[in-house]
Amino acid sequence: MEYFIQQLINGLTLGSIYGLVAIGYTMVYGIIGMINFAHGDIFMLGGFAALIVFLIATSFFAGIPVALLLLLMLVVGMLMTGLWNWTIERVAYRPLRGSFRLAPLITAIGMSIVLSNFIQVTQGPRNKPIPQLVTDVYHIGDITISLKQIIIVIITAVLLFAFWYIVNKTPLGRAQRATEQDRKMAALLGVDVDKTISITFVMGAALAAVAGCMYLMYYGVASFNDGFIPGVKAFTAAVLGGIGSLPGAVLGGLMIGLIESLWSAYFTIAYKDVATFGLLAFVLIFKPTGILGRPEVEKV
Amino acid sequence: MTTQAENTSSGLMAKAVKEGIFAGFIAFGMFLLYVGIETYQNIDNQLVWRTRWGLLAVFVVVAAIGRFLTVAFFKPMVDRRKLAKAKTGVLEISSEKSFFHKHFLKIALIALLLYPIGSVMLFGPQGSLKYVDNFGIQILIYVMLAWGLNIVVGLAGLLDLGYVAFYAVGAYSYALLSANFGLSFWVLLPLAGILAGFWGVILGFPVLRLRGDYLAIVTLAFGEIIRLILINWTDVTRGTFGISGIAKASVFGIWSFDVSSPNYFPKAMGLATSSAWYKIFLFYIILALCLITAYVTIRLRRMPIGRAWEALREDEIACRSLGINTVATKLTAFATGAMFGGFAGSFFATRQGFVSPESFVFLESAVILAIVVLGGMGSLTGIAIAAVVMVGGTELLREMEFLKLIFGPDFTPELYRMLLFGLAMIIVMLFKPRGFVGSREPTAFLKERKAVSGSFTKEGHG
Repeated sequence: MEYFIQQLINGLTLGSIYGLVAIGYTMVYGIIGMINFAHGDIFMLGGFAALIVFLIATSFFAGIPVALLLLLMLVVGMLMTGLWNWTIERVAYRPLRGSFRLAPLITAIGMSIVLSNFIQVTQGPRNKPIPQLVTDVYHIGDITISLKQIIIVIITAVLLFAFWYIVNKTPLGRAQRATEQDRKMAALLGVDVDKTISITFVMGAALAAVAGCMYLMYYGVASFNDGFIPGVKAFTAAVLGGIGSLPGAVLGGLMIGLIESLWSAYFTIAYKDVATFGLLAFVLIFKPTGILGRPEVEKV
Repeated sequence: MTTQAENTSSGLMAKAVKEGIFAGFIAFGMFLLYVGIETYQNIDNQLVWRTRWGLLAVFVVVAAIGRFLTVAFFKPMVDRRKLAKAKTGVLEISSEKSFFHKHFLKIALIALLLYPIGSVMLFGPQGSLKYVDNFGIQILIYVMLAWGLNIVVGLAGLLDLGYVAFYAVGAYSYALLSANFGLSFWVLLPLAGILAGFWGVILGFPVLRLRGDYLAIVTLAFGEIIRLILINWTDVTRGTFGISGIAKASVFGIWSFDVSSPNYFPKAMGLATSSAWYKIFLFYIILALCLITAYVTIRLRRMPIGRAWEALREDEIACRSLGINTVATKLTAFATGAMFGGFAGSFFATRQGFVSPESFVFLESAVILAIVVLGGMGSLTGIAIAAVVMVGGTELLREMEFLKLIFGPDFTPELYRMLLFGLAMIIVMLFKPRGFVGSREPTAFLKERKAVSGSFTKEGHG
């Protein structure tokens, strides 16, 4: 039983990270109906920003408090990826918005290749290890909880609440929901659609940066091709939960995190990704629009 | 009039300068951490950093000047051209065609048939290896894969992000069956195709009622599942080590390409011993396979099933109301595409003599899909052009030794291969969203065949 709870905690931590990335996918999909393949690499850029900030800050101020350091990593990472995603949307996606469906998908895949190779060229192909930032560990009976895990889950929960508030209670969120439902109508009613879409990209990127920073803190290593596997898993999470639905993205992320850690614990670790993707196919066979997705309306 | 024009042009200049400066600031922000700072491991294996302000300045200046030129000169030029086109009312597809245009396919086919002979005559057997193998065979494999995927994406409108799975099934079918049962290439080539098609049916059956991007992610997941099984099922596939020593193809079982064999082909033909002859033989095999794929695609488009695919792509609901069985129709498209992937896979295995899961990553699927879309979905010629440009272009980069003279001896063009590939994908898509060949040849017509602009065809939601 302790073992099970332990795995549950690990899964929850991992699931939080996936959930944060999945929100970026699901929001962009919801608002412009496009799979933003480069989002996984935005997550990787966030991790690298945090890594570089960590190196600079620790070399200038050796005794910097960990909380301040983490905050600095998060904020700079969020600004960085926000700027990147804003530019990417302007350069590669916006000119193709009225075009056919596969055109922005291809530029997004191209952007994903560009971003990971850009980091490989500028920062080198090797893994970048950093020392453990947070080492505290608590024991409750036989269960071990590290402070890292608590921080990750709490930050995720806080961000989710803030996000839910923005989308559901603020004028910006209203504009986003209006754009999602009917772009042309929203524009006619005075919503600045271009700006709303840009802000959505920036918000998604900021969450991905938080996830990237957590990932770096949790595993202590960053690499240029970190974007792909977590990106695909997060996208799987978004689809599993029902793409376009915010709670669905988080639910999907948590489910995938749990499946992964429980499968690794009780079955073979080698096939954990097969289990994840198998679950996706299985769920979609019975619920073709994901767990919390709205049923697709057929228009003639 | 003149003052107004001057006013607008000076206004344009002011705007361009402003935009350029803005782009410079944005670029500074974007590249500050990733280009301005370099992280590396020092002798103690500790991660440290140093600054690269010079490189950062280059990036910023390039971004600013690029934006300035775009706003000041490039964009007005494009706008003017569009306006002129709209005024004259000439459609993009003109009816008169030049001689080259009319006979393009025949010329291309003859050029391809003569290509290996020409390169042997020019560079000798050993020198031709590079041109026949690295360029010819490599490009033709992608042409075949892209034409196979074109059936799924271009004709039936199903977005498949895991096409490489069927390529892998074909390659491993050949590798395993030839290693364990000693079957020959000519027996296994159709068998690999059939097995891949069979996998297409198995994978397609449960998921083909999904629509749009749900189907895309499930096919991506299947691609990853197949790759992970190849990595982890070490008893059969030998995992990441891969399977090596795969048998070479023979000339229809009559001659062989093993040097030790008594009926070694070059010896029988009185040629010098060289691996180039085998590559030339392979070149003709893959050329034949490509032509078969093209022929089958062209014929299928005129058959009821091909018409059903295209109808399905245009409007699924209309199809259903006309009594077309959408699941069966999608399944045949999926399986046919998978079969050609399997053929290409078994060819790949015999060409490399080695298969490992490394060759079947998602990036390959993405590259094949990119070739299909960049070429103009559904257009065989366009796809072939896209394959030549994208694959040939990146292969060419390996050859660019002279760049070392410009950028110094440390410069390795290979490092920038994928970076440039990605950039090319984005740039081509931005300028030609409908692909290189934006027109479609209709299969049904009233009096004369007229090309249809790609803008009039849909891309399907399946």
